[in-house]
Amino acid sequence: MVGSSKLGYNNQGQKARSGFGLSSLSYRTQRIVIIVAFSLVPVLLLLTFSYLPVINMFKYSFTNWDGFSKHMTYVGFDNYRTIFTNPDYFSVFKVSLYYFFATFVQMALALYFATILSFNVFGKNAFKGILFFPTLLNGVAIGFIFLFFFKPDGTLDTLLQFLGLGSLSQKWLLNPNIINVSLAGASVWRYMGMNFIIFLGAISSIPKDVYEAADIDGANRWHQFIHIILPSIKRILQLNLILAVSGAIGVFDIPYIMTGGSNGSSTFVIQTVDVAFKYSKLGLASAMSVVLLFIVILVTLLQRVLVKEED
Amino acid sequence: MHSLRYRTASVFKYATLILGALAALIPIIVVFFASLKTGSEYASTSPLTPPSNWLNFANYTKAFVDGKMLLGFMNTVIIVVISVAGATLTGSMMAYILARFKFKGSKLLIGLFLLATLIPGVTTQVATFQIINSLGLFNTRLAPIILYLGTDIIAVYIFMQFLDSISESLDESAMLDGASYWTIYWRIILPLLKPAIATVVIVKGVNIYNDFYVPFLYMPKSSLQVMSTALFKFKGPYGSQWEVICAGIMIAIIPTLIVFISLQKQIYNGFAQGSVK
Repeated sequence: MVGSSKLGYNNQGQKARSGFGLSSLSYRTQRIVIIVAFSLVPVLLLLTFSYLPVINMFKYSFTNWDGFSKHMTYVGFDNYRTIFTNPDYFSVFKVSLYYFFATFVQMALALYFATILSFNVFGKNAFKGILFFPTLLNGVAIGFIFLFFFKPDGTLDTLLQFLGLGSLSQKWLLNPNIINVSLAGASVWRYMGMNFIIFLGAISSIPKDVYEAADIDGANRWHQFIHIILPSIKRILQLNLILAVSGAIGVFDIPYIMTGGSNGSSTFVIQTVDVAFKYSKLGLASAMSVVLLFIVILVTLLQRVLVKEED
Repeated sequence: MHSLRYRTASVFKYATLILGALAALIPIIVVFFASLKTGSEYASTSPLTPPSNWLNFANYTKAFVDGKMLLGFMNTVIIVVISVAGATLTGSMMAYILARFKFKGSKLLIGLFLLATLIPGVTTQVATFQIINSLGLFNTRLAPIILYLGTDIIAVYIFMQFLDSISESLDESAMLDGASYWTIYWRIILPLLKPAIATVVIVKGVNIYNDFYVPFLYMPKSSLQVMSTALFKFKGPYGSQWEVICAGIMIAIIPTLIVFISLQKQIYNGFAQGSVK
């Protein structure tokens, strides 16, 4: 109603100070303009870098494309057959189990520290800062820190000797039986602070008078933990569990930086990257990515169903 | 009896806290020690021994110069600043229209962003690489920038949550004065979103600074190295010179330490908010 003549005026690029000359349009037209203008870039990025890759990935996974040649031959389910029948490809998932179990250690530690630090403790903020700080560090720096930590006569060996446990020291990153435990340990060190801060936030949102009431009823800290804290943070706990599973499947940084995937420490993602870029088997790598995606989606759905049932 | 049990619990509590703190700090402290030792000193002392000269910065100079850490730092800063500013802007714009206007497709829009976060980034990287490559962005700073720029739903949620607490009557009174929606967004909403912006900037900034995967994959050219990839390069040539690598590690850590100490409160809030979906 405010007239298309004014719209025409704006189209000629006469820009008013108050931003794009929008103010001379009716609010109804403005609404449309602003909705389109504000969502255009994000949606474009989303479609190009989130959805298009997924579609392409499916497409590539049925070909033997090497990534550069103009031709790709359709090979049907050959790539998938390779992944599921050749033990070299699927067996790396076993490595994920180490990281998966490590996450439980990590969450238990995080929950323990978050619980005690949500009550009165001397030096509370210092402890909070120290426990959380590793999470903020650069992934490559962490990789190197733990190379230094685990190397022969490195930090760990020296510490063990110092404690009179020198006999325990060994080749932490060369022994295939122990390497994944070492790497998963580094991963716990890296991510514990993240879980810790999330739990701390969740616990601190519990109203204080609930504890006071419990105190009056004579509940000790353990009772308070079981009956107040745990139920209140159940959702966060579940959310973290699902992230743990997909995190364990998607491990890349620490083993890649520290060992390059040698001595049996290769993960599915390291292998996918190698297959794609080192061996130029893009079709096969895409099929591996599809398998990975399906596993993560499956786990996510499973989690959704389980959470829904409990509510 | 009660007090004895209480005291045991208290001792246990502090013992575990100190143990936890040591576990968090020792791996970093030994690297710090090593970074200040001379080559022969490093070879002859245990990792737990403090350096004899606390002001021996020779390794730092060497790591900084030979590792071209300044170049890495500059590239990192460029990428972090542009992508964080862009992501904050687009994220707050999305949140603004989603929070203030009820329109057809707004649910679909949220759904699209939500679904996209469920797709783990690592799985689609191989296909994403082809897109970046065909756009001619491989080995340019634009590759990581455009990938980090993508609006993430967490930022949108943080902004939307915050927008709910900004009264709509503020928008309405501005409209009575004839302000356009753009003016409302730019002059009223954006300044009021400051605390939320701080949160998003910190969370995104820390993530981008620490990322290894994207720059490693999309910018292998050595003139485009960022902090992560610059540090990663120490692996080959300095394999045996741990004192230099340790200095490199410290150089990469120091900016994080400074940011952490100066913005501690904001960081705690940011991570807590960012994680509660």
